[in-house]
Amino acid sequence: MVDPEIPVLTIADLGVLRDVRVENGAAEVFITPTYSGCPAMDMIAVEVALALEQAGFRAPKVTSVLSPAWTTDWITQEGKAMLERFGIAPPNGKAGRRALFGEERVTCPRCGSQETARISEFGSTPCKALYRCIACAEPFDYFKCL
Amino acid sequence: MQQMTTQTPLFLYALRLADDALVLGHRLSEWCGHAPVLEEDLALANMALDLIGQARSLYAYAGQQEGRGRDEDALAYRRDAGEYRNILLVEQPNGDFAATILRQLLYAACAHPFYEALASSKDATLAAIAAKSAKELAYHVRHAGEWTIRLGDGTEESHRRAQEALDELWPYTGEMFEADEIEQALIEAGIAADRALIRPRWQRTLAPILAEANLRLPAGEWMQSGGRMGRHSEHLGHILAELQFLQRAYPDARW
Repeated sequence: MVDPEIPVLTIADLGVLRDVRVENGAAEVFITPTYSGCPAMDMIAVEVALALEQAGFRAPKVTSVLSPAWTTDWITQEGKAMLERFGIAPPNGKAGRRALFGEERVTCPRCGSQETARISEFGSTPCKALYRCIACAEPFDYFKCL
Repeated sequence: MQQMTTQTPLFLYALRLADDALVLGHRLSEWCGHAPVLEEDLALANMALDLIGQARSLYAYAGQQEGRGRDEDALAYRRDAGEYRNILLVEQPNGDFAATILRQLLYAACAHPFYEALASSKDATLAAIAAKSAKELAYHVRHAGEWTIRLGDGTEESHRRAQEALDELWPYTGEMFEADEIEQALIEAGIAADRALIRPRWQRTLAPILAEANLRLPAGEWMQSGGRMGRHSEHLGHILAELQFLQRAYPDARW
């Protein structure tokens, strides 16, 4: 199943899918939000439940868990490569405490240049920032480290 | 008063934090479609989403603690202004862009270390919500900090407005560090974060930003208070009139 906002990534690649348990024919799926207010969560929960029902599980349970808090470190290598092919710069390195005004070096997903500049800390979804490539002049999304 | 005695400390604590986040989130959402540039429209709406998301988790937990069947929606949509426990800072009007940015800086610079501390709470649910919130608030501090510098160190006009906003909002900052007996008991139990320890971290974050922005810290020591006891400015009633309209007019309406 893919993320509704980033349709090239499965929720497993994204690290949103935390666990699947099947006991005595009953299924429970655990998901975690990327951001507290992520509006895609309700849709993901509904689609997971629907997929389980179609797979023959009756009254499947989808539980949202907050701990441990989601981090971009959970995005798989495959997921990062797919983000880049989709035109979204994948999160750069490990999430962690950065200097408050530290700039991240972000590579343009189109031309590979590292000469990029941040337009806005917040992009089309809470998990992305808006960047512009100085070399090829294209704007692009950057998946922020969290 | 009968009702007060049945409210558990943990319910009240989660409710206070949730009310802060919801009311500030609502204020930021009012900018949607009105921000000075498109990027800021997105930024403010995104931060509103973070805060409303944090509020939802906290309300859901408060409702569980209360054990009277109130869910997040009941707590957000079916309480009157006098039952809200948010600090007065978050209900202050958006004003101009400088006022919104300064309010955001003053709040986030406190909320970020606060939630970092709360992430070590002995209460597992509060700790989980806090760990998540702290990560998001780090971005809020950075955003507000950068804009504060740009406005304060910008034109004469932007500097004047930023300083006016800081002077205006300053008396509302004291409430962020208040802890009554209920909260004090939770701090001693290792459940609540100690606000007294947050203040120096808040000051350490603010000082270099305000210095670079050429903004002067207001000298006044007198502080507004009352939000935690349900004594609000007239602004909260107007916020709730808009926020709660649909659920008041059409109870239990669903999309």
